[in-house]
Amino acid sequence: MSDAASGPGTDRKAAERLCGERLLSAFLAAGAERVEPDILLPADTLLDLYGEDIRTRAFVTAGPDGGEAMLRPDFTVPVVQRHMATRADPARYAYAGEIFRRQMDADRPPEYVQTGFEIFGGDAADADAEVFALIHELLRALRPRIATGDTGILTAAIAGLDTSDRRKAALTRHIWRPKRFRALLDRFAGKSPPPPGRAALLKMADPMARTGPEIGLRSRAEVEARIAALRADAEEPPLSRNLVALIDAILDLSATSRDALERLRDLAVDLPAIAPSVDGVARRLDAMAARGIDVDTLPFEGSHGRSTMEYYDGFVFTFQLPQRPDLPPLATGGRYDALTRRLGGGASMQAVGGVIRPAVMLEGGAGC
Amino acid sequence: MLKLGVPSKGRLMEKTFQWFGDRNIEMNKAEDREYAGDVAGVDGVTLVLLSAGEIPRELAAGRIHLGVTGSDLVREKLAGWSGRVEELAKMGFGHADLVIAVPQFWVDVDTLDDLDAAAAAFRARHGHRLRIATKYHRLMRDYLRENGVADYQLVDSQGATEGTVRNETAEAIADITSTGDTLRANHLKMLSDGPVHASQATLFRSLSAEWDAAAKARLADLSERLGLTL
Repeated sequence: MSDAASGPGTDRKAAERLCGERLLSAFLAAGAERVEPDILLPADTLLDLYGEDIRTRAFVTAGPDGGEAMLRPDFTVPVVQRHMATRADPARYAYAGEIFRRQMDADRPPEYVQTGFEIFGGDAADADAEVFALIHELLRALRPRIATGDTGILTAAIAGLDTSDRRKAALTRHIWRPKRFRALLDRFAGKSPPPPGRAALLKMADPMARTGPEIGLRSRAEVEARIAALRADAEEPPLSRNLVALIDAILDLSATSRDALERLRDLAVDLPAIAPSVDGVARRLDAMAARGIDVDTLPFEGSHGRSTMEYYDGFVFTFQLPQRPDLPPLATGGRYDALTRRLGGGASMQAVGGVIRPAVMLEGGAGC
Repeated sequence: MLKLGVPSKGRLMEKTFQWFGDRNIEMNKAEDREYAGDVAGVDGVTLVLLSAGEIPRELAAGRIHLGVTGSDLVREKLAGWSGRVEELAKMGFGHADLVIAVPQFWVDVDTLDDLDAAAAAFRARHGHRLRIATKYHRLMRDYLRENGVADYQLVDSQGATEGTVRNETAEAIADITSTGDTLRANHLKMLSDGPVHASQATLFRSLSAEWDAAAKARLADLSERLGLTL
């Protein structure tokens, strides 16, 4: 209440901005160009990318052209859009400014500063290591709890499954929705039965007989195409328990990075499709070690980033204040090549980046 | 004084009065003033007559201690509703189910699973997400996220929602239905997973209203009269 009387957190905001600018100068010193994306962004791109869920997290308002606009919910999308228009290779950008998020928890501020650093192009392992090491150095005094992972391993494992492209596409699409991913995996493995009514539908000689009129944009041909797909799927043999066990072994992996790498190399013997991604992990660990990161103790989790970090499709990392699980992360980041493809109109680039939240940093009691 | 918000008109008001009346608490709309009422049979309770649609907001703001409204309205209008109000009693009337409906000729779509798969194929083919017309945005988003459905978008429809598919402004709808007749007449069918939410009139307690000793005592008294266990 006293906070509201003196204007909501005026001093806190000044300290947060100052800290954001200080962090920014470190990124600029690493050769980044400062960018200042608009605060009011057209909503279309963000809605198309993230889907309806973004409405629960972002502030949507009426735009100047009568369409919908959104208060900047992150910097990544406008920075990628800007970059894909120029396509300099390599390029590096940094920014510091407010982002706006609806919070379910009323104690969390809906606007806060993010300072970020993004590298486009260059050697992937080295760029991953550089972004991580820069953020690691800036946060070192806080002794943060670090989590890392690599979504690319799971993607490669799915691509290497001995099953139809349709099943692979369905699994890949739901990598970021663990519950549905599990349901699909169980169904494809024959562990759970097909939904009721499915068998009866597929037995019918003419499933479209005696049904309602064709209304709406989804055509009869599309319904027939899906029935054909369901028939083909019913004919397919179940995924081997072995393959499912390998996927589970990746998802359950939790070890130090060196041990995780050994484990992944073992898994790659049975699942050769992940070998290139595992080599990528090895190269990244070497690059990180060369930048002074202690990779012998650095944690690695096979599932890290799966539920909250859609569009990160390789290296992912999170820094958290120790003993403060109540606070959001100090920093998050990762590789998002797929996002550049989605926003690049067919063109794509390698891209990796990370953001720090000064407000959380200031909670750590070790300054900024 | 304990402020109790109840719907100000129609069957919802009548049924609410009847529900309390069955429990020996008489409610009456004041003759001379349109949106005021009296309570007899229990002390220290003020009746506040409000539109059912405004009761969730008044509860969340703590301007009323208790309120009667549809459970669907609370879930739709209040972000994080369970942290702001508490359900004291389901009242057994005002039943309405929020359901997802698709064209009957979509014989391949029977469950949410199917809807998700159809949405993926639809988006790949048409270049935009599968549109679901509704006025229950929050309920739908929460439900579809919980169930891992992707590649859809909600389009706002405040009325004549069943007609949006035929008019090609949506591919599917989500609306309140009591019988399903309107759906059938518009060549639509419900998904078989059950309703998104089975709504009924519910007595809610505001968690942000001022609960001083007097208000707590009134609530304890009222709860005993209503046979509620707090």
